Amino acid sequence: MRTDGVFIGIEVDDAALAAEPGLARHLDTVCPVDIYKEVGDGGLEIVERNVDECVLCRLCLDLAQLDVGQDAVRVLKLYDGGATLE
Amino acid sequence: MRFFEYEAREIVKRAGIPVTDFGFTTDAAQARAIAERIGGPTVIKSQVLTGGRMKAGGVKFADTPEEAARHAADILELEINGHMPRGVLVDPKANVKQEYYAGVVWDGTAKKPVILFSDMGGIDIEQVAEEHPDHVGRVHLSNLMPISDHKAKECIAQTGVTGKALQRLTPIVRRLAQLFVDNDMVLAEINPLCEMHDGTFVALDAHMDMESEARGRHKQLLKDLGVGDDETRLAREPTPFELAGEEVDGSDHRGVAGNVTEFDGNIGLVIGAGGGSLTLFDAVRAHGGEPANYCEIGGNPSVQKTCGLAKLVLTKPGVDKIAVMMSIVSNTRVDIVARGVIKACLELGFDPAEKIAIFRIPGAWEEEGFKILAKYGIEYADRSVSMHEAARRAVAKIAGPDAVAV
Repeated sequence: MRTDGVFIGIEVDDAALAAEPGLARHLDTVCPVDIYKEVGDGGLEIVERNVDECVLCRLCLDLAQLDVGQDAVRVLKLYDGGATLE
Repeated sequence: MRFFEYEAREIVKRAGIPVTDFGFTTDAAQARAIAERIGGPTVIKSQVLTGGRMKAGGVKFADTPEEAARHAADILELEINGHMPRGVLVDPKANVKQEYYAGVVWDGTAKKPVILFSDMGGIDIEQVAEEHPDHVGRVHLSNLMPISDHKAKECIAQTGVTGKALQRLTPIVRRLAQLFVDNDMVLAEINPLCEMHDGTFVALDAHMDMESEARGRHKQLLKDLGVGDDETRLAREPTPFELAGEEVDGSDHRGVAGNVTEFDGNIGLVIGAGGGSLTLFDAVRAHGGEPANYCEIGGNPSVQKTCGLAKLVLTKPGVDKIAVMMSIVSNTRVDIVARGVIKACLELGFDPAEKIAIFRIPGAWEEEGFKILAKYGIEYADRSVSMHEAARRAVAKIAGPDAVAV
């Protein structure tokens, strides 16, 4: 799934979410500006109104790496040609 | 935070400075009772937080208690400069030999309190200082050392007062200075400070202004005076524009994007950063610009909150462009502010490059911020451009090159 704001885009790998039910809850917990919201049992919603509040802290990237061992989450800087936050 | 005269006089009295046997009331019948207790001619004074009382008919003299009650009834209904009175002060009509002025204010340049004294009281000290500078004494006080009689005496003596008057005035002025420090005042003024025909001195009117941030340190005093926690004591009621600014700031706990004050000009300002807002506001004016508003951004407000403030300023009638300027920021992020102000333009259907005259915020996350600004074609300035130069550019771009004061 992917949601774009004006400045930031957030992309989460649906397959990774399905494979790791705890990922949604962890993302909900870790994001300081509430971009991720766990819905139902392991489901995830990207909160569109908060996407542009992203502070580029990388916590969601590090968490996804720990949970599923791959780049399941991508943060895109739309103001920078869609560059991925590394 | 300003005090009504009756409160200021109470503060003066508590400091051990002689005052008249005045009374405060909100009721005409009680004004009569106070006048009866005083037992002679009285003065009935409207208690409003504005000037021009005498001219507006808010100060009247009464020879009898009945007349005092009539005047009180009239004054209690009298609006002065948009202010209805809190009540009336009933004061004995004084038999004055000479009027003096005594005040203590904060000297922001010297960063010390300064005692001001004049042997020409009863009129504005600013007028005396301009027309009769030799009749104004000035002595700065130490922020560390105790206040001594010597400092007060030095100040009074500068105006040529000597002898018994000097001896009697000295403790009054020293107590006023102590009151200023003890109560975190930014202004403590007695005008007139009167010498009566019997040689005694009495404070006939007083003005006190306490640093608003210090209210928490003086809860007992404020409680004793009956000052409610919700009383802002502002010079005027907030405008709808200012209330909307409060709403924006209250919409999100993160950072500050508010403290809006409305002005009549056409230069919309989104400014802030540890005194930077005041410096930038002054700089805009110094360059001949007329700000449409003052405001403060700080503490890293959210994008949405910054957006809300920028939208408020952009939609103020008469504002065509905004200048986004801050000092060098550390705990506020440049990229977050950039996102907020650009988002405001976009949501209002404006071209950010057209509406943001200049963006001068150097500091934390400026690389990301400048990338955002570059994408939208907004003129931005880094720390090599001073705040004054940024203000000059803003005035030139918004008000036109001819408007810039040299």
